[in-house]
Amino acid sequence: MSGCAIQVRDVSKSYGSVKALDGVSLDVRPGEMFGLIGPDGAGKSSLYRIVATLQHPDAGSVAVDGLDVASAYRQVRDIIGYMPERFSLYPYLTVRENLEFFASLFGVSVQSGYDLIAPIFSQLERFPDRRAGALSGGMKQKLALSCALIHRPRILLLDEPTTGVDAVSRSEFWDMLATLRTQGITIMVSTSYMDEARLCDRIALIHNGRILDTDTPARLVASLDERLFDASAGDMYALLSQLRGYPGVTDCYTFGATLHVVADASFDPVAATAALTARGLSCVSITPAHGDIEDLFIKLMGHES
Amino acid sequence: MTSHIPEGIMILSSIIRKEMLHLRRDPQTLLVTVFMPVVLLLLFGFAISTEVNDVKVAVVVDTHTDRTRDICMRLQTNPYFTFVGEAPHADIDRLLRTSEADAVVVLHTDAGELSTQIVADGSNTTLAQSAQAYIRSVVSGEDAASSPIVSRVLYNPQLKSSYNFVPGILGMIFILICAIMTSVSIVSERQSGTMDLLLVSPVRPHTIILGKLIPYFLLSCVILAAMLLISYTALGLPFSAGVVNVVAISLLYIVLALSVGLLVSTLVRTEVSALIVSAIAFMIPVLMLSGMIFPVDNMPRALQWFSAIVPARWYISAMRKIMIQQLPLASVWTEVSILAGMTVLMLVLAIRKFKNSTN
Amino acid sequence: MNDDKVISVDGLTKRFGSFTAVDSISFDVSKGEIFGFLGANGAGKTTAMRMLCGLSRPTAGRGSVAGFDIATQAEDIKRHIGYMSQKFSLYEELTVRENVRLFSTIYGLSDRETAERAAIMFDRLEMTSMRDTLVSDIPTGWKQKLAFSVATIHRPAVVFLDEPTGGVDPLTRRKFWELIYRASSEGMTVFVTTHYLDEAEYCHRISIMVDGRIKALDTPAALKKEYGCRTMDEVFRSVAGGAVRGQ
Repeated sequence: MSGCAIQVRDVSKSYGSVKALDGVSLDVRPGEMFGLIGPDGAGKSSLYRIVATLQHPDAGSVAVDGLDVASAYRQVRDIIGYMPERFSLYPYLTVRENLEFFASLFGVSVQSGYDLIAPIFSQLERFPDRRAGALSGGMKQKLALSCALIHRPRILLLDEPTTGVDAVSRSEFWDMLATLRTQGITIMVSTSYMDEARLCDRIALIHNGRILDTDTPARLVASLDERLFDASAGDMYALLSQLRGYPGVTDCYTFGATLHVVADASFDPVAATAALTARGLSCVSITPAHGDIEDLFIKLMGHES
Repeated sequence: MTSHIPEGIMILSSIIRKEMLHLRRDPQTLLVTVFMPVVLLLLFGFAISTEVNDVKVAVVVDTHTDRTRDICMRLQTNPYFTFVGEAPHADIDRLLRTSEADAVVVLHTDAGELSTQIVADGSNTTLAQSAQAYIRSVVSGEDAASSPIVSRVLYNPQLKSSYNFVPGILGMIFILICAIMTSVSIVSERQSGTMDLLLVSPVRPHTIILGKLIPYFLLSCVILAAMLLISYTALGLPFSAGVVNVVAISLLYIVLALSVGLLVSTLVRTEVSALIVSAIAFMIPVLMLSGMIFPVDNMPRALQWFSAIVPARWYISAMRKIMIQQLPLASVWTEVSILAGMTVLMLVLAIRKFKNSTN
Repeated sequence: MNDDKVISVDGLTKRFGSFTAVDSISFDVSKGEIFGFLGANGAGKTTAMRMLCGLSRPTAGRGSVAGFDIATQAEDIKRHIGYMSQKFSLYEELTVRENVRLFSTIYGLSDRETAERAAIMFDRLEMTSMRDTLVSDIPTGWKQKLAFSVATIHRPAVVFLDEPTGGVDPLTRRKFWELIYRASSEGMTVFVTTHYLDEAEYCHRISIMVDGRIKALDTPAALKKEYGCRTMDEVFRSVAGGAVRGQ
């Protein structure tokens, strides 16, 4: 059981003239929750399809539990549980029928995998005869996860499981993943929500088919070596335009309730506050800030282009 | 390693069950697929008849003999004709142009030998053709004993068309229903992502294919049964032991049509294009080139060649022979072999494409 | 804010049979305000938004948008609002310029107005060089900004944005919000739904819908204070966490 749960080496994949993956390498360790963080079109789904044995890479190799996905794809399929980007369920089948169907594909009974999905499925048990097509997004997501887990996979591949789902369902979903992780299941999960990154053991930032960086969320954030400030004022849009041209400011962007200002050593927040107030802005406040994954992503994207 | 026989069959039956549930819970689609063929059959059988009533016939006689008088008598008394009267030779053109007559029969007696010419208004092709056939049968009727000229009369003595359309409709319905249903259901699974889930499970691609084909095969059998029932009862198609052959060849054709649907599903990306490709690319050749409406023998040579690759042409031809003409199976050997060949080719091609498209 | 109400809703209700999708909601949105309309899946956001856009008649209650009554003047409303959703925004198989032209025609702009506004728009978006590119060939981020500009080309009093930034990278999302800020500072009212709760912070005021009713409505700062939370995410979870619906 030594080595990697998922090992991706120099994988490239093009669709026509579009390069979806460009020399991607990463290692997912057994039992960890690994996050693939990046926007739509970054190449996340292409990577998932390759790891899930649905597509061959143009170049490079992928091994799941030491098994090559190209040559040993049949064994790999028994090990993995895959949940594609959309909650792929049969809309005309009921909740129970969907679950039974996916169990039958793996030649297992619903009972044999039930204890694993019980915490997730319990919320759906109230309406076993409702058709999957009539479920809300959050419920579809839970049913899809149950279906992906019913054959007790060792490795769970979740492609954007929280897209289009409200914040309450999202946080419930992450709680469920944390529970699964304690049962020794390796999870590779992708998301375009940067705030979900901190819930993973390790993350890879992916953009335009390339891995920008891979590490624990804490170490990645620590690698942000810039001077960062929170800025706010009565008129945020005016503040933004003013700060953009201000001496010493390398970047300025909206960040929740405030603006984040990236600045070099020459920038003095006190002087800047005075200067901006003198230019007619009200309630100007510039205070030191801590960056997070989103700041890092913005920085790395800036380097890219 | 996982698919020893019982499990493979378990999975297959599970996929089939899922497909059946899907069909049952989509009553609109099910209704259309079962009732459309029945309605179409009844429509063609009763409402859209190529039989011609009330054909206005004029006669041009240069010299009256007993035979010419006899012919005129028969035209006058035949319920299908309205006898316009006798006219001079010079009036033929005017009669047809003004639609006073749909057809003019020119009876020319030369040295006791009667020669007959039928001039028909071709602006309504169906009318012209039928009128000619009717007139010919009426005119030659007197000689029926000595010279049986019109072969059509043998298998369709009343020149009734109500069941002539049955082979054509069968040929069209199965290619439409099977190709559309199979291709749309596969493509929609691919679009919704459930196909990916099937593929990453231990299910073999051929199990997925069978799981898609068998339900629609069974559905087609139901449709076939309904259509044959109507043909042999309401439409009055003569029933004989040959029905076994009809069923056998139809089943072969259904498998062929399902393979076509499978092939379509590997070539298109969206449900809409699956629908359009199946409907347009198959319906038009079937309507135009299969002999359903226009006889293949009358087509330009190039189109005749092209029609040879339209499966419906061979099916319809076989059905005409064994269903309507009641000929033995041996007479449709060519058609059956071609259909069987096409089926094998389509299946192999479709399965290979399907496996490739998923890898 | 001034009392220049662009959206005004009082007791707005929509029932489908025995199911009350929207249960007597009331609020006002002022000119130039960015109003965040949040709620869990199935809370009734979409139904409420459809009524405001004149696409669905309320079962009870009254409301006006851009000065027109939502029950009786639906056609006038449609001419005075802009609408953009993640799902449908632009025609992929038309070029940038063709899309602009199409939508200006739909909104009844003259050729001259279209040309003027398109020029300003391309300049602002730095898209002049992409004018004749097919929309399907431009990057997602540009598409989103273009879609917003097209949805507001007729300078509507209010623009409705239905989850406009789903799946977009953080940089593009920010550029998109800058467009919204600019529109707001020019006096346009922005009514926006989103699942990104950090974006909720960009809004002047926020309403959170739970089971068809508005459970919370205030500025982000006031809401955080009221619920004793550090972020909007926490506020949302404590407000919407008890939702019965969403199944």
